[in-house]
Amino acid sequence: MFRWFHKLASTKNFYRLAEIMTPLLAVACALLIGVGLYQGLFVAPTDYEQGESYRIIYVHVPSAWMSMFIYMVMAFCSLLFLVWKMKLADIVAEVSAPLGASFTFLALVTGSLWGKPMWGTWWEWDARLTSELILLFIYIGYMALRSSIENKSSAARAAAILALVGVVNIPIIHYSVEWWNTLHQPASITKLGKPSIHISMLIPLLLMALGFTLFYFVTMLLKTRNVILEREVNSAWVRERIKEDRL
Amino acid sequence: MGAAFLTLLKRDLTLAMRRRSDWLNPLVFFVIVVSLFPLGIGPDGSLLSEIAPGVIWVAALLATLLALDGLFRDDFDDGSIEQLLLSPQPLPVLVLAKILTHWLISGLPLVLLSPLLALLLQLKLQALPTLLGSLVLGTLSLSLIGAIGAALTVGLRRGGVLLPLLVLPLFIPVLIFGSSSVAAAATGFPVSAQLSLLGGLFFLALALAPWAAAAALRISAES
Repeated sequence: MFRWFHKLASTKNFYRLAEIMTPLLAVACALLIGVGLYQGLFVAPTDYEQGESYRIIYVHVPSAWMSMFIYMVMAFCSLLFLVWKMKLADIVAEVSAPLGASFTFLALVTGSLWGKPMWGTWWEWDARLTSELILLFIYIGYMALRSSIENKSSAARAAAILALVGVVNIPIIHYSVEWWNTLHQPASITKLGKPSIHISMLIPLLLMALGFTLFYFVTMLLKTRNVILEREVNSAWVRERIKEDRL
Repeated sequence: MGAAFLTLLKRDLTLAMRRRSDWLNPLVFFVIVVSLFPLGIGPDGSLLSEIAPGVIWVAALLATLLALDGLFRDDFDDGSIEQLLLSPQPLPVLVLAKILTHWLISGLPLVLLSPLLALLLQLKLQALPTLLGSLVLGTLSLSLIGAIGAALTVGLRRGGVLLPLLVLPLFIPVLIFGSSSVAAAATGFPVSAQLSLLGGLFFLALALAPWAAAAALRISAES
């Protein structure tokens, strides 16, 4: 088990594995998102309270899940990097940050689009939207710190510490924002019952969530491959591949 | 260990006392920012007293941030930080001494000055003890959390611009509980929940922040 782990952690082996995995995952991702979108937009029934506009959840909810899932991946990779000095983990954390920030941004934009017909305003200081906004700030801070330290190895370690500090703080921020929200929110805005979603609406949502996860893995693997090549451009195996023209 | 802590505390306080602008400027900033609000919003007393808790808290947070950049900067530039890294004493303890100094020269004066600003914004008198208490607990937490950001950015030439970006999102829980405790006290509600949560945040920060800041300081010093 440990040897397998160690082998995977070497950038050369990971590159080879990623090469095989990327097309497979990409096909699965396209299928899932295609079916999920069709089911969600055409097959799932209209909501009797929200009409057709509820269908934005098929993009909004998976994006919001991904925004948090990717931060967890980043924090886990940062821990692997700080403790076991695993270079691969640092690369995954590095390429994941912009992806996570994009999903967070997508969740904010779709949330705001949904808010216009539901709440009558583009922006409501709703607990979940506010936590997403703060999560976006945290992603931006992480990327800003990484890009402003010139020395690559200290940039990686400083960013890893920041990611771990963030992962301790995110639940605290989330719950304090929720508490703040219930304190200030006027009672006229009713929260929609989240768990009471009908199965015919839930299945497309789960398909989309899985599709989004695979999309993240595909883009993450592609970007990781790029960074591996960039960092190891002087190693023998990369040179050989360049010579044979198969990257 | 205790002796090293006290020595460092004494040295940093002496240095701070000799450079008055270091601790006076954030304090003046605090007063000016708060007095801008009546000018921007209008002198309506009831509105001012309603927003006073939030305004004082946000201003205190920004003033702490202003002083934060200098927390390790001078010692980093003249090489004292490297001496601290080489010393046989545990680094988190030394970092804690620096954080405490930072609080004594930036947080404590803010707390002491806050009743005056509460008066300017016509905050109700009954909220004053809560304001003081929440600011003591809150600014201590802000100094602790901010030290991580200061340690991460101390090696950068433009660290001062990056620092707010890193630490402001982390300050949000302290701001929420701090200002809502004052607001609750002003309207006569019990405040023990908010103050307990602020205390909890403080102890969590006290337990974790010195270690994170020490690790960050090592990275900054190596690059």
